[in-house]
Formats: sequence, C-alpha cells, structure tokens
Amino acid sequence: MAALNLKGITKIYPHSAGQKKAKRKKGEPEKKTNLQVTDQGVIAVQKFDLNIADKEFIVLVGPSGCGKSTTLRMVAGLEEISGGELYIDGQLVNDVEPKNRDIAMVFQSYALYPHMSVYENMAFPLKLRKMDKAEIDRRVKEAAEILDITQYLDRKPKALSGGQRQRVAIGRAIVREPKVLLMDEPLSNLDAKLRNQMRAEIIKLRQKINTTFIYVTHDQTEAMTLGDRIVIMKDGFIQQIGTPQEVFDHPANIFVAGFIGMPQMNFFDAQLEVSGGKYAVSVGGCRVELSADKQANLTAHKVPAQSITLGVRPSHMVLSKESGNTLTASVEVAEMMGSEVHFHANANGRDVVVIVPTMDAKGEHIDTFHTGDKLNLTFSGSVCHVFGKDGKNLEF
Amino acid sequence: MNKRSLEASRKRMTVYTYIALILGALIMVFPFVWMILTSLKTVPESMKVPPTIFPQEMIVTNFGDAMKSLPFLKLYLNTGLMIFFRVICAVAFSSMAGYAFAMLEFRGKKLLFGVVLVQMSLPSQIFIIPQYQMVAKMGLANSIFALVFPGIVSAFGVFFLRQTYMGIPKEIGEAAYLDGCTQWQTFYKVMFPLTGTSVAALTIFTAVFAYSDLMWPLVVNSDLNMMTLSSGLATLRGQFTTNFPVLMAGSLLAMLPMVILYLIFQRQFIEGIASTGGK
Repeated sequence: MAALNLKGITKIYPHSAGQKKAKRKKGEPEKKTNLQVTDQGVIAVQKFDLNIADKEFIVLVGPSGCGKSTTLRMVAGLEEISGGELYIDGQLVNDVEPKNRDIAMVFQSYALYPHMSVYENMAFPLKLRKMDKAEIDRRVKEAAEILDITQYLDRKPKALSGGQRQRVAIGRAIVREPKVLLMDEPLSNLDAKLRNQMRAEIIKLRQKINTTFIYVTHDQTEAMTLGDRIVIMKDGFIQQIGTPQEVFDHPANIFVAGFIGMPQMNFFDAQLEVSGGKYAVSVGGCRVELSADKQANLTAHKVPAQSITLGVRPSHMVLSKESGNTLTASVEVAEMMGSEVHFHANANGRDVVVIVPTMDAKGEHIDTFHTGDKLNLTFSGSVCHVFGKDGKNLEF
Repeated sequence: MNKRSLEASRKRMTVYTYIALILGALIMVFPFVWMILTSLKTVPESMKVPPTIFPQEMIVTNFGDAMKSLPFLKLYLNTGLMIFFRVICAVAFSSMAGYAFAMLEFRGKKLLFGVVLVQMSLPSQIFIIPQYQMVAKMGLANSIFALVFPGIVSAFGVFFLRQTYMGIPKEIGEAAYLDGCTQWQTFYKVMFPLTGTSVAALTIFTAVFAYSDLMWPLVVNSDLNMMTLSSGLATLRGQFTTNFPVLMAGSLLAMLPMVILYLIFQRQFIEGIASTGGK
C-alpha cells in the first residue's frame, strides 16, 4: 500500500577496465546494442519518470534489453540508482537497504530456497524480522489459503510443479504484506496453458490483497490483461504510458503500435493529404478520409501534407467485394485459426495480415482464399494511425 | 541383423565387460591380499625367493609386535585430530572464500583467484620448507597444530566450492537479501546449506588426503608420540633390514579405521570422488 514516484531514474553500467582500454585504442565508442554508450558507460535506463498511485497495478513491458528489469531491480534495491530519485510513500529511498524499503519481489526463476519446505520458505522473511511464532503461522496459513497451496506446506520445492512453485514464490512475497509487490516475468517459465491460468490467478490475487504491483513482462498479452497502466519501454527509454485501451487505440509511435496487439499492426508507406481543410490518407490507389477526432487532432497540431507511415490493425482491415478505392493484396499464406483466418498477403510492397472471420453473422461460412488470390481491402478513417517520418504519431 | 543375433552380441559385450572388470578388480585387490598374507608369515618366509603365496606357518604374533613397537592409540588419536581439524578448516574457509569468489564483487577478485589457481597448480612439496620454517619459528613443531597447518586453507577446496556456488542461481541470494538477510545470513542460512553434496565431497577428499599424507607429518613431527599413522609406520622401515610381516601387520591396523569408515559411508565416498573428479 504505497504510492511510488520515480523521478528521472537513470541506470548507467560503467565500462570495465578492459572495455575502457579497447575504447581508447579504437578512438570511438563501440555500439553492440541500441543502448546509448557514453564515456561513463552503457545507459540501460534513461530519465524514467513515473508516478504510481497507491494500489495501482503497473506493467513494464518491452523487448529484451529495454531496461524494464533493470528499472524493477532499482526499485527493489538490487541495483544502485545512477541518477534520479525514487520515492516510496514520499520518502526518498535511493540509499535505503532493500529490507527497509518494505517491498517484496517474485522472480522469474522462483528463487525458492531448495533446502526449506514450502512452509519454511514462506516463514523465512518473517522469522528474519523476529516475528512472533503464532503470527508467522497465521500469516503463512492465510497466504497458503489464498494461493491454494495449503496441502503442499510440508513439501520441498523440488516436489512441486512449476505453477505450484510460482504460487509459493508469490506466497513468500505476500506474507510480509509489503507496500509494493514486484514481479519480474513471473510467468515466463510456465507452459502456455499454465501461464493463462496463472494470469487469471494473479488478477484474482490482486483483488484479495491490497498492495501496489509493479509487474515486468515481455508478453504484451500479460501487459494488456493485468495492468491498470502499461509502461512500454525500448532501449532504456519510456515510449508510452497509458491504460491498455489507450496504448492500443492511440499508440504514441510506430514502436508501440507494432509492439502492442497480436498480430502486429500493418504498416504502409502512404501520403497524408489535405484538401479543403480535411485530412485524408492515400495508399496504393485507396483514399480514405480520416475520422472527425483524428481530423481535429491533426488540425490542432497544424500537421501539413506529407509522406507518412500508415498503420492499420489486422482486425480493422475489411474485405471488399468491389475493387474501386481499395487496396489490392495477394494472398501468400492463409492460417486457419478456427473462428477466423489470418491471411498473410502482400500489398503495395509491404507484408500485411488480415483477419477474416470464418463465418458471417448468420452462421454462413465465408468463402476462403488461397495462395495467389487477390484481396480487395478497405478500412475506415477512424482506425488509421498516422506516423511521421520520425516514427511519432502525428496526432500527439 | 535379426533380434536374436543382436541379443547375443549384447550378451557377449557384457561378458567381455565383466572379464575386464574382474581383471581390474584382481589387480586392485592383490596388494591388499598380499599385505594380509604377509602379516601372517614369519620373517624368513616373507623374504623367501621364490615367494610363497599362502603362509606355510600361520602366526598372529606380528600384530602384537607391531602394537608394541608403535604407540598405536596415540597414532590413531593424532591422525583423527589432524583429519578432524583439517576437514573443519577446509570446509569453513573454502566455503567462505568460494562464496566470496562466486557471489561477491570486490576489487582484486580476479587477481586473488589467480593466486588460488597458481597455488593449486604447484606441487605441495615446494611449500614444505617455508611451511616448516613458519611452524618451527612459531615453536609449534611436534604438535597437532603442526599437522593441521598446511591444511588450514585448501586451494582446491576454494576452487571446488566456488564452482558449486557459481552453479546456484544468483536470484536465490537476491531473494534472501530482499527477505532481509545480511550478507552473512545469506551465506550461512541460505547458500551454505545448498552446497551439502559438495561439502561432503570435500570432506571425504580432505580426509582421505590427510590420512594418506606422509611427507608433511614426517617432516614436522619427529616425536613418535606426535606422529600420524602413516609417518609412524614409516619408522618401522629400518635402514638395512625391514621386518615386513610386522610392517604389514601395522599397515593393516592403520588401515582398519579407514576401511570401516569406507564400509559405512561407501555411497558418499563414491559420489564424492565422482563429483570432484579426484580419481
């Protein structure tokens, strides 16, 4: 139960002595990843600003190496903060020992103590705090009840399945009733079915315990389903912060647009046209006037006509029976998913994915397409995402 | 190849394997059998050419003679104490150093670990003179401490346990740290108990090495009452003549505790030696 303020948090990993020498010899910094390298070292997280409200569920999401785990570890106190300030409940905790921050963390690899039973694992942090035995017993049993692991309390971790181990790891974290519960990719080691199940468990858990959650994942489905707000990161920078619906509907840039949503958003090289004060996008012989809200946003920012990257989600592409004012695509692969078919096609030199239901509203099967077939695609002006040459959403 | 011939060839292979193993076992066991048989022979018979395998006249007085010529109880005690303290020191210091090398970041870590590796790769004999001088200058020659001295720190133990600690996921230590452990608590409450198998292996390895160590005890303790079994037995060898039956009887007596220990802890012995790659 705590509010967190992260103000300009930065993490720099200094060069090792060997790297410094190599750099001096070569004369210029080497760049292995997209992370910024300066004289001080590799910048893993840059000026991370975020206010987390009490009892909020925040998800940090991004590809490997984007700095999300590093940020979490800085909040935990496992990594030193190179710059910026971290406040928990208004108290500056940059130099506070992890045990005094009143946080708990669940690790991807569970990190259970193999030589202790489930009960001992969960009681361990309480014993270290010299808590009364009866209170320890009460808390452990209560947590076990919440997580449905009461019957395994006497077992050693190796005698448990992956899902059960993760429950124990969560149990060990919640017995302390921490102010902030940190979770570092807790479901990544589980198989797909168990992951879905545990995801639902975490949502239920959240309703049962009153605490602030920070959850790190690279899985956008987890991010969308769990978070009150999502923080999308890339190369150490925050790309966008918003509710799942906000980041899905209004991605701030091409990266966010491509990262959130399955299958990925389709992108086209297009033209933004302005005629009579109205904005329209034109791509491969298809011209679509943008919706009123988008018109208003672009007008407000005085966006001129220009070459753009147009983004349209696969589920927003519609098959048209007519061939006029449509985008023509040729089918390369058709993936049958049961209730829908994902067509991978080529339109205007770019790969596109189109999701088409296998049945219409009346329950009639829709004619399917095969490799090489031509598709006529349209989309409405309200589902267009307009990105400038620098990748930023022109509406922002 | 049909099923029957496949089965026959597998059986043949098994037979060959067993023949090889039996031959190996005979070669290994022969010195022990020879020792037992010699300890029951008379002195002239033990030196007879061509040698006899079974004693013509079985005598057991050699055991009494061996016990009279050496203070066996003292030797057992000295050896036991030496093994006990060497094992305690090796386990305690190697665990702490191994943990530090594997889990902690500190200045000069690589250099210090390099020193450990160098010490491990040099034969222990080259340290005998400086070590003797140190013990002698402390005025502690002819003592249990002198016997334990070179085994206080084990470079092999440090290296071996470092590898073990490196195999433990770092997250376990981090979880302990977040749970509220100090560095010391993380070590002894969480990490050390996870190295049980390796510590058992190191214990066995150190004990066997200490038991069979001859050169150092012989150099540092010249008083027969402060000798170990191995160095005590060495005094039974004369410069010109050696009473082999008595020497063998003494060796047999010296071997007994180790044989008994082996029979009790056979499984741990084998696992330990297998995991250290010691033999």
